[in-house]
Amino acid sequence: MSSVIEKIFQMHTREKVEVGNTIWIDIDLRTARDFAGAKVVENLIENYEGNYVDDAKKTFFTFDCNAPANTIGYANNQQICREFARKNKIKVFDVNRGIGSHVVIEEGLAYPGVTAVGTDSHFNILGAIGAFGQGMGDVDIAFVFKTGKTWFEVPPTVKVNFIGIPDGKWSAKDLALLCVKELKNKVLGKSIEFYGDILEKLSMAGRITLSSMVTEMGGIVGFIPPNKEIISFCEKRSGKKIEPVYADKDADYEKEIDIDVSNLEPLIALPGNPANVKRVSELPYTEINSVFIGSCTNGRTEDIFSVSKIIKGRKISENVMMKIVPATREVWQELLEKGVIKELFSAGAIISHAGCGGCASGQIGMTGEGEVQVSTSNRNFKGKQGAGDTYLASPETAAVSGLLGYIGGIDEYEVEG
Amino acid sequence: MNMKLKGRVWVIEREGKLIDDIDTDMIYHNQYLHITDKKEMAKYAFSNLEGWKDFYEKAEEGDVIIAGENFGCGSSRQHAVDCFLAIGIKAIIAKSFGAIYKRNAINSGMAVLECSSIDRAGLKNGDIIEINLLNGEIKKDSKTIAKAKPMSIVQTNIYKAGGLFSYAKSI
Repeated sequence: MSSVIEKIFQMHTREKVEVGNTIWIDIDLRTARDFAGAKVVENLIENYEGNYVDDAKKTFFTFDCNAPANTIGYANNQQICREFARKNKIKVFDVNRGIGSHVVIEEGLAYPGVTAVGTDSHFNILGAIGAFGQGMGDVDIAFVFKTGKTWFEVPPTVKVNFIGIPDGKWSAKDLALLCVKELKNKVLGKSIEFYGDILEKLSMAGRITLSSMVTEMGGIVGFIPPNKEIISFCEKRSGKKIEPVYADKDADYEKEIDIDVSNLEPLIALPGNPANVKRVSELPYTEINSVFIGSCTNGRTEDIFSVSKIIKGRKISENVMMKIVPATREVWQELLEKGVIKELFSAGAIISHAGCGGCASGQIGMTGEGEVQVSTSNRNFKGKQGAGDTYLASPETAAVSGLLGYIGGIDEYEVEG
Repeated sequence: MNMKLKGRVWVIEREGKLIDDIDTDMIYHNQYLHITDKKEMAKYAFSNLEGWKDFYEKAEEGDVIIAGENFGCGSSRQHAVDCFLAIGIKAIIAKSFGAIYKRNAINSGMAVLECSSIDRAGLKNGDIIEINLLNGEIKKDSKTIAKAKPMSIVQTNIYKAGGLFSYAKSI
């Protein structure tokens, strides 16, 4: 019987969905961001004569990569998209709105069971709400804008069972880093389904964190079965009755992998490779210069709220600059209304407008040679966030390290409940 | 599009071993993402890959890239394929590919072959190989040195048409 991806695909094609087959599937939600968006537009104009868009109501631009543009190249590209959008009646979530893959959830455009694509390699984040999301290049996306369809080789599914519930201090990011470590090279090109009691401890933000790092695991998408909280959120936002897609009990999995999480503790990925994961407690004394909190992995209200719980009333180390970028404008507003922004500011943090921030090219600055950064984002490939060394960790570990001036564990600080 | 290719290889290795996990920032760094002119993209191919920063100066039209596991993992940027196409790279043979990268390459008419044993084929920079895209055979001096997984029918058709847009016009 069928796994989640096979069921979602079968709802979107007339062809027979079988692992290994290449099929054409209908795409419900079609998006492009600012960096590849201009190439999408160029591809459409070069290859088609008018009628560039199959369905403007299902098509969107989301500017998040370099927002607002700080280079003329990006500014030009955004303007190309805006003009194309205006002519073709496409809605633009402009530079004020934040990370596209989050905005489509907030806007109720993505919900359990839909198929969605975007020019963002973390678009598979939508697995967090039980939807199929996929990052693609500008050729693919232009083709989807025009036809509403894409080809896809049906991937095998790997079932990941989390065993146990940890009792110490842990966060969704620690779970995600553990998965990158354990699953790297085991899920390349495959769909993942996550199961286990620990998932009930994860809110939508935590689920987003886990699903966002499936890209670093090498997987196509990672589905978390939607619970009541997710279904009710998506129903409210979309105004639709949601019927989530769950796997059949006897679905054919390529393999099952058990991961024991009962001793999960704060983890950190060493510079250069998201899969080079160690326990924070086993790291040698490592001084840091900067902290970045945000990204599609850890930019939700809850993530930043947990930072403020640690740093409020305290001062960030004078040797550290702490840069905070909420994922979306909605997150910004929540933080503002709850008084969190003031607490972060008072502790010495730099708070920027919503967007991809520290992951993209320089929105909130880059690292210099020799600079050591702790980041809550999902990638730390050499050169990605500048010339320095980037460690990947949870918002809690990043916050504590920002206070200490060196990489440290949450145990070094008392935190209000 | 010809289903048999012949070209000079670049073995993307370091200390005698194919480099695994070459990501899209190493292939084409995000600081050049605003560039939309393909000819200009060529200059930055591998310009963030330690030991291979001069690839643009060395590589020539018709060359073939030989790479390790998970080649092109990371971002969805088409630039990481376009920069090689702009140089005239004919094919990429890797032990495995990042999923998005493989799609992007096929959609742009680049030949991509997965070959788990390519590191044992004894290839050196400058060797001339012949590739049969239909059956995946890779030959040197007329001798088969490795066998790659052939592309699927849809993928082959897109490649033959010269890319996704040309293919769409043919169906």
